[in-house]
Amino acid sequence: MALDSSKTTGFKYVGTRPDRPDGFDKVTGRAKFGADATAPGMLFAAIKRSPHAHARILRIDTTKALAMEGVKAVVTRADFATGLTGENWNILENVMAGDTALYDGHAVAAVAATSALSARDAMKAIEVEYEILPHVTDVDKAMEPGAPVIRTGAADASVPEGLHPNVVRYHKSGHGDVEAGFAEADLVIEDHFVTEATHQGYIEPHACLGTLGADGKGELWCCTQGHWNVQKVCAALLGLETSQLRVTASEIGGGFGGKTTVFIEPVALALSRKANRPVKLVMTRAEVFKASGPTSSTSMDVRIGMKTDGTITAAEGVFRLQGGAFPGAPMEFTAMCAFAPYDLKHVRQVGYDVLTNRPKQAAYRAPGSPMAAFAVESVIDELCKKLDLDPIDTRLKNASHEGTRASFGPKWPRIGLVETLEAAKAHPHYTAPLAPGQGRGISCGFWFNHGGETSVSLAMSEDGSAQIMVGTPDIGGSRASMALMAAEVLGIPYENIRCTIADTASLGYNEISHGSRVTYASGLATIKAAEAAVEELCARAAAKWGIPEDAVYWEDGCAKPSGPNAGDFEPLPIAEITATMGATGGPINGHFEATPEGAGVSFATHIVDAEVDRETGSTKVVRYTVVQDAGKAVHPTYVEGQFQGGAAQGIGWALNEEYIYGEDGRLQNAGFLDYRIPVASDLPMIDTVIVEVPNPGHPFGVRGVGETSICPPLAAIANAVSAAAGVRMRQLPMRPSRILEALDSAADG
Amino acid sequence: MQYHRPATFEDAVTLAAGAQGVTRFLAGGTDVLVQMRSDIVTPDTLIDIKAIPGTHDITRQEDGGWRIGVAVTGAEMREHAELDRDWPGLVEAMDLIGSTQVQGRATLTGNLCNASPAADSVPAMIAAGVTATITGPDGSRTAPVEEIPAGPGKTSLARGEMITALHVPPRGTGGGDAYLRFIPRTEMDIAVVGCGVNLVVEGDTITHARVTLGAVAPTAVLVHAAEDALVGRTLDEEALTALADLAEASCNPIDDKRGTIRFRTHVAGVLARRAAKIAYDRAKGAAK
Ligand SMILES: Cc1cc2nc3c(=O)[nH]c(=O)nc-3n(C[C@H](O)[C@H](O)[C@H](O)COP(=O)(O)OP(=O)(O)OC[C@H]3O[C@@H](n4cnc5c(N)ncnc54)[C@H](O)[C@@H]3O)c2cc1C
Repeated sequence: MALDSSKTTGFKYVGTRPDRPDGFDKVTGRAKFGADATAPGMLFAAIKRSPHAHARILRIDTTKALAMEGVKAVVTRADFATGLTGENWNILENVMAGDTALYDGHAVAAVAATSALSARDAMKAIEVEYEILPHVTDVDKAMEPGAPVIRTGAADASVPEGLHPNVVRYHKSGHGDVEAGFAEADLVIEDHFVTEATHQGYIEPHACLGTLGADGKGELWCCTQGHWNVQKVCAALLGLETSQLRVTASEIGGGFGGKTTVFIEPVALALSRKANRPVKLVMTRAEVFKASGPTSSTSMDVRIGMKTDGTITAAEGVFRLQGGAFPGAPMEFTAMCAFAPYDLKHVRQVGYDVLTNRPKQAAYRAPGSPMAAFAVESVIDELCKKLDLDPIDTRLKNASHEGTRASFGPKWPRIGLVETLEAAKAHPHYTAPLAPGQGRGISCGFWFNHGGETSVSLAMSEDGSAQIMVGTPDIGGSRASMALMAAEVLGIPYENIRCTIADTASLGYNEISHGSRVTYASGLATIKAAEAAVEELCARAAAKWGIPEDAVYWEDGCAKPSGPNAGDFEPLPIAEITATMGATGGPINGHFEATPEGAGVSFATHIVDAEVDRETGSTKVVRYTVVQDAGKAVHPTYVEGQFQGGAAQGIGWALNEEYIYGEDGRLQNAGFLDYRIPVASDLPMIDTVIVEVPNPGHPFGVRGVGETSICPPLAAIANAVSAAAGVRMRQLPMRPSRILEALDSAADG
Repeated sequence: MQYHRPATFEDAVTLAAGAQGVTRFLAGGTDVLVQMRSDIVTPDTLIDIKAIPGTHDITRQEDGGWRIGVAVTGAEMREHAELDRDWPGLVEAMDLIGSTQVQGRATLTGNLCNASPAADSVPAMIAAGVTATITGPDGSRTAPVEEIPAGPGKTSLARGEMITALHVPPRGTGGGDAYLRFIPRTEMDIAVVGCGVNLVVEGDTITHARVTLGAVAPTAVLVHAAEDALVGRTLDEEALTALADLAEASCNPIDDKRGTIRFRTHVAGVLARRAAKIAYDRAKGAAK
C-alpha cells in the first residue's frame, strides 16, 4: 500500500502552536551551545590576525610563542592540505592566509595552550613581518582602472573582456527589448542606489571543540547551520577521509546564513592534530565582525519605465556587489530577484561580483535579494508618486502570477504574490491615518527557496512514541515543526515525538539549513519517513488479523480494517503494535532520502510607517506589518517569529547597521557599540499576516518562510522615510546624519 | 596585576601613591573591566574602593545639598525619590548610562574619571554645579567637577589622588535641570551630543542658568555666554534661538564614525533648545 498523506486542509496537529521542544533547555540554561563543550585535557586556542587590509606576509616567527609556558602547538598555513582547488582553496585561504593577508582580521597563525589566557598571550607573542600593499574596500573603487589588484586570474569565463581583474564573475539575464519598452513608457526613472555591508549579528560567536589524532580520525563539536558541510570541508582542508571525521552540531545561537561555512573549525582540528589534545576555539565578538562572513555591499543602478495607468513597460538593473577578497558575492541572486515580483515584457539585469580587501562574505538571509528590492521598489515608489498612483494597485497591476514568465526565465507555478498584496491592501494598517512627520512605505520581496539533499529517519519505540532524526540544525523552531508533521501522519500527540539533530555518523547526508529549506525538505522527508513507518504498522496489523496489507488503513494512530469486506476487527492502536514489534518482525522504523525539488517560492508585502525628526534626522519606525505567503504554516507562532525577525533585521540594516572602514582599510566598528543592531526599544510591535497559498511541491503545502521576510524591509522603510522626510533616500543605512544631509541639500537645492 | 580592597580612603591613597605602572580605581568597573577585556588598559594595580565605609551612601547635607558616595550606583540614584525630586536632570543623565545590569554597577565618579568626552552624567553634573572632594598624599581639596577631566581618557588628578565624595549643591526654590543626549538608537549607545541645562526662575524670569555640552569637544563644554543670554528673560523663542546659536558656537567636535562636525554642531543647538524647555518647565513647576 503506497500511503499518501498529502492534504492542505483538515489538519489535527499541523497549524497548532505547542511549546518548542528545545524551549525548556534554552530558558533554564541547560542547552549546550558551541562554547559549552569540554573534554579532558582540552587546550584553548587563539588566532593571530592581520592588522592590515592588504599585506604580503614576509615572515612568521613563532619561537617566542612556543617557548611560553603552557603552549602546546602553533599552526600556520603549512599545517593544512595543499593542492586544493575551487571553493575549497578559497575557504582554506580565508581560514588561514597563504602568502598574503587580504583583509583586516585575516588569520595568519594560531596557537593552542593550556588556558585561554596563555593562548592569548602566546598569540600576541607570534611575530609577523608584513609588506603593506595598497588596498581597496569600496565596490565602485575596486572596479576603477588603477585599483589595486587583489588577486590575478581570479575571474571566471563569464567576465567580459576589458573589465578590471577585481571583477571575477558576471551575470546577465532577462528577455524582450528594453529600449523598445522604455520608448513605450510615459515616464522613465533611473536612479543610483548604495547599500553598506551588514552582519547577520547572531548572538552566539563561532565556537568549536575539535579532536584529531595522528590516525586521521576526528571528532568535532561546533555551532553550525550544516555539519555535513563542515565535515566535508574540514576533511578537505586537513587532508582527511570525510567519513573519519564525525561532526556534531551544537544548539545554535543564530546563524541567518553566517554559519553555513567554516572559519575556525579547521584551525582547531589542525592544532589538535599537532598537539594531540582536544582544542577549543571560540571567537570574540570583534573576531566575528572582522573575520566571519558579513553580507555584500552594493552599488546599483535601476531604470524603470511606466505608463500613466501604472503599467511597467520595461525594467533594467545593474548590480555591483563586493563580497570581500574572494569570489562569491551573490550578485546573480540580486539580479534574479530584482524584478521577480513583476510580469515584464522587457527586462534586463546585469550583475558584477567584485573583489575588495574585506572579509569573505557569507550568506545572509536571502543573500542579495534585500538590496535588489531596495533599489527596484524605491524606483517604483517614486514612479507611483510622480504619476499619482496607489502603490499597491500599481504592484497588483504588474504582479507575477501563475503562468507568467519570471524576469529570470522560467514560468511561474502557483505563487502567492497577488494574495499578499490583496491582504496588505485589506489590512487596517494600509488606510490608517498618519500623524504629522510620518510617512508610509510599502514594498514587495521575493526569495526562491531551496530543496536540497535530505535524509531523515524515524524510529518507533515500544510504548508507541516516536523519535525522528533529522540532519538540519534547528535555526528557527524546526524541531517543533518536524514533530507536528510526524504527529499528523502517525496520529499520535506532538508530545510523544522527540526530534533530534543527528550527528554526521548517525544519519545520511544532509545539506545545510539554508535556503529556507528545512521545514520544506526535512519536513517532506519526515512525512515520508513517517508514512514508511505507518505502512509497516499497517502490515503488522494485517499479519495479526490475517488479512491482506492493502485491506488495512491508518487513522488517528490506529490500524483499522479498510471496510466490512476486510473483516470485523477492533482498531489496533499504535502502542499495541509497537509493544510486540520485536516478536512480530523486528523494529519498526521509517526513513527517507531524496533531493526534493518542489520548494515553492515565497513572496511578501510589507507596510511600514516611519517618523522622521527633521531637526536631528532620527527615524522611528512606528508601525510595521508583514504579509507573507507561507504555503502552510506548520507552527504559526514560529512562522510569525520568522516574519518579525526578518523585519527586525531589515530595520537595523535600513537605519543604522554598517561596516565602517577607515582610510587605512581597517574596520572601525567591530563591536555592538558602534555596529548598531536594533535594541528592543528601537522596534515597534511587528504585526504579521500569514497568507497560505499551498505549495504543490510539499505534501502539506509548505513553503520556506525564513528568508523572504528580510527582502522587503529595506525598500519599505526607505519608502516610508522618504515619504516622511520629503526627500528620496538612495543610500543605506539611513542614519540620522545622512537624513539630515539629505534634508539640507533638498532645502538648498 | 595586584588587586587591593582597602577599608579606608587613607589606605587607598597610600596604595595609589606607592603603586608602580598603571593604577586604576575599581568603582563599578563598567569602564575598567571592559577596557581590560579588550586590551585597551591593563592595570598593574587595581584598587577596589567599594569596601570603604560611606561610599555607598547618598546623604542630605545641612544646607540642603547632597553628598554622593563614590560607589553609589545609577540604580541607587534612580530609586532615591528625594534626590530625583531635587535634581531630575542629573538623575536622568546617570540613568541613561548602559542597561539595567550596568546601572547596578556604574557610578558618577567612574563616569567622571573615565574622562570620556561623551560621558553622560558629566554635562549634567557641571550644569548642576557639582563639586568633588579630592584626597591625596598631601591631604584633601575641593574642586568643581569640570576641572577634573583633562582630555579624552585623562584627568587632572595627581598621582595618588582620588575622589572621596561628590557634592551636589542645595536645589533651593524655583530650580529645574534636564539632560538630553542624541544617539542613533534608543538605548545602549554612546552620546553623539549631550546637553545639560540647569535653570532657576522667579515667576517666568530666569535668574540663574548653566548650560553644558558633551561629546562636542575633548572635555565637556560649559557654554559661559548662555548665562548672559538667558538670565533676566523668559524662555521665549528669541532666547531659545540665542541659546541654540551659542551652543553651536561653543562646539569644537571631531569628525568620526559616530558623527560629523556638522552634524554634532547642528544637533548641539537642537538639544540645547529642547533641554532648556524641559528645565524651564521643571523650574516653573518647582517655583509654584
Ligand atoms: C554596556 C555599557 C554601556 C554604557 N553606556 C554608557 C552610556 O550610555 N553613557 C556613558 O556615559 N557611559 C556609558 N558606559 C560607560 C560606563 O558605564 C560609565 O562611564 C560608568 O559611569 C563608569 O562608572 P564605574 O563606576 O563603572 O567606573 P569604573 O570602571 O570603576 O572606573 C572608571 C574610571 O574611573 C576611575 N575612578 C573610579 N573611581 C574613582 C575615584 N573614586 N577616584 C578617582 N578615580 C576613580 C577609575 O580609575 C577608572 O579610570 C557604558 C558601559 C557599558 C559597559
